[in-house]
Amino acid sequence: MREQSREELRKLLQSAIEPLEERELKQDLWPRMLRRLEQQSIRPPWFDWALVALVLIWFLLFPEVIPGLLYQL
Amino acid sequence: MELLEHFALGDLEAFETLFREFQGQVYAWILCIVRDPGSAEDLTVETFWRVYRAHTRFDTTRGFGAWARRIATNIALDHLKAVRREVSLPQDGPTESGGGSPPDSTAQRDIRSAIARAFRKLPARLQAVATLALIEERPYAEIAEALGISVAAVKSREFRAVRLLREKLRRLGVEP
Repeated sequence: MREQSREELRKLLQSAIEPLEERELKQDLWPRMLRRLEQQSIRPPWFDWALVALVLIWFLLFPEVIPGLLYQL
Repeated sequence: MELLEHFALGDLEAFETLFREFQGQVYAWILCIVRDPGSAEDLTVETFWRVYRAHTRFDTTRGFGAWARRIATNIALDHLKAVRREVSLPQDGPTESGGGSPPDSTAQRDIRSAIARAFRKLPARLQAVATLALIEERPYAEIAEALGISVAAVKSREFRAVRLLREKLRRLGVEP
């Protein structure tokens, strides 16, 4: 019964869902992959932004350290 | 040192070699699930991007193809969840009598449309299993490996998909 039900539905699905005519990849995707890798390497990681935010907060809380820091630079 | 070991160390040339070797397989697998060539290309690139990011976690004693396929399956499932794509039906336009068969009646087209609608309303993980097992007729073991579940779990999902589809079709007025 269960197998019969499965077979009936399989036939129905195969008639209703468009069959895949072309399964081969038509183009080399490596150039797209390289672009993706380059984009990601340009984007700074989240912890860089977190570090910048911490430094800014530190400057806001202790503005007197700014001249000292500039002198050291 | 072997290619897979180079890849695991983050070597871009090794990754390129693997990419060129496996891109066709990964694309074909994703296409089976999402059934849209444009999306399948995008998801193939996304799969290899995640593969590259996870290179340190790759176990060089295991196969690269199976690992990439599992990642591809998860990405395809996420895509199915995100996109409720309109499933195009065969012979939606003017009917062609390819094998000399009679043209579709409106009733037959309506039934197929109802089936396709019910199918795309299935939860993504049931839809993926139903696509691979029923439409593509892939072996259970292959589906289980790609989904990272047991063969029994694949059969269970297929059974639930069949039951749900039947319920949905009954509600749509189609008695399979």
